[in-house]
Amino acid sequence: MRNYLKLIFLCALLSLPIRGWAGEILRLATTTSTYETGLLDRILPPFEQAHDCEVHVISVGTGKAMQIARNGDVDVILVHAREAEDAFVEAGYGVNRRDVMYNDFLLLGPVGDPAGVGGLNDAKLALKRIMAKGKLFVSRGDDSGTHQKERRLWKKAKREPTGAWYLEAGQGMSATLRMADEKNGYVMVDRATYLLNRDKIRLKPVVEGDPDLFNPYGIIPVSPYRYAHVKYELAMALVAWMTSPECQRLIAAYDWKGTPLFHPSAAGGNN
Amino acid sequence: MDYIWQGLRDSLRIIGSLEPEFLGTVAISLKVSFISTALATVLGVPFGMWIAEKRSPGARAIITILNTLMSLPTVVVGLMVYSFLSRRGPLGEWGLLYTQTAMVIGQFILAFPIVAGLSVSAVAGLDKRIRTTAVSLGADTTQSFRMYLREARYGVMAAVVAGFGRVFAEVGVSMMLGGNIRGYTRNITTAMALETSKGEFAFGIALGVVLLTVALAVNILFGLFRERSR
Repeated sequence: MRNYLKLIFLCALLSLPIRGWAGEILRLATTTSTYETGLLDRILPPFEQAHDCEVHVISVGTGKAMQIARNGDVDVILVHAREAEDAFVEAGYGVNRRDVMYNDFLLLGPVGDPAGVGGLNDAKLALKRIMAKGKLFVSRGDDSGTHQKERRLWKKAKREPTGAWYLEAGQGMSATLRMADEKNGYVMVDRATYLLNRDKIRLKPVVEGDPDLFNPYGIIPVSPYRYAHVKYELAMALVAWMTSPECQRLIAAYDWKGTPLFHPSAAGGNN
Repeated sequence: MDYIWQGLRDSLRIIGSLEPEFLGTVAISLKVSFISTALATVLGVPFGMWIAEKRSPGARAIITILNTLMSLPTVVVGLMVYSFLSRRGPLGEWGLLYTQTAMVIGQFILAFPIVAGLSVSAVAGLDKRIRTTAVSLGADTTQSFRMYLREARYGVMAAVVAGFGRVFAEVGVSMMLGGNIRGYTRNITTAMALETSKGEFAFGIALGVVLLTVALAVNILFGLFRERSR
């Protein structure tokens, strides 16, 4: 029996994180559209070194990231759904929200543009037309920032998208983009994800440049008043780093084949 | 077709060059699955052998439950454990969500019924006189348990191997409880799901090759043990 207890103890010991000893762990929940660009691999290592910590990144949609944060399971979130972010702070779950960067959304469509929306600079008009013609549209359908933005556009267009032409993927940005490409449908995508996947898909941009398609990203530490266990000081250090001129320069310099993926916005003036 | 060949070629290059990211992902899979299977073995084998000896209707009901739980959907386990480990859940203060420990817990729940259930069948086929003989020769509980274990060893090993095969290949528990954190909770299956969604097939195929190789090894072992246990 004693041998058994020893074995159990050994197993429990082994299951402790190997590298967790070195420093603290900060948990960051972020959106698939940021994570898949690889930007964090560029801007997090200097922070980890400076603070002798490890940032564990959990990549989910904005809606899920906020839900995880509301449950107190992460320390800080980097998301893109301005209204939901404000509500999050308002409800006392987060504090000290700061702008980090922005880019924009665009609407992609199949070659030949069957709904005839190409060249429009009004996103809601384009959505109305796609719906009226019943052309395939693939939605994230996962309460992500992109999905929330899309829902707002439908609301602005005073339309309720339902029917066989409207598919809800329930997956991350790249996966949804891939699905739209396979099925020859229209899809809304953030510019960073589009640029990274441009050579892998056949869909082409049809609508861009509408001010409604503005896509700002913000960082919000989870409130220490709500959850005493969150690593608030380390989270605030990350906020300080992300909004520092040094990190903002790294963000501005992060490009894909010469095109920047994000524009820094911590200095203000863009909202 | 071209891009599939391209993916295969790139995947071979990844396997051949032993990229750290590739090896790290495989190591995480092996570590988590080994620990969860070891725990399931330590607890499941004695439990299975003990319950197999009981003749009561209650014991039979438990065996039926074990057999049912063998095909427990991974996402159900993931959801259950998630709700317990979340900070809002009853075990929230342990702060285990999105750790390797959380993955081990989830995988243990998947492996336990398999290891225990198959251990039941491993000892069920044994000659009942072994125990009576052992006891009549003065063996205590531990000694007769060892005796049993030795007689049923191949069947029990098959049970352990089957448990390992189950947890090594599962994706639901790892994704939901581990959170797919790179270098920490990203294992073979969650990395494959991510790479496929990004449309990067080479890395996914390379990991798939490892997964298939291990599955093959597991099945060969399972077959061997099964053969010997007859």
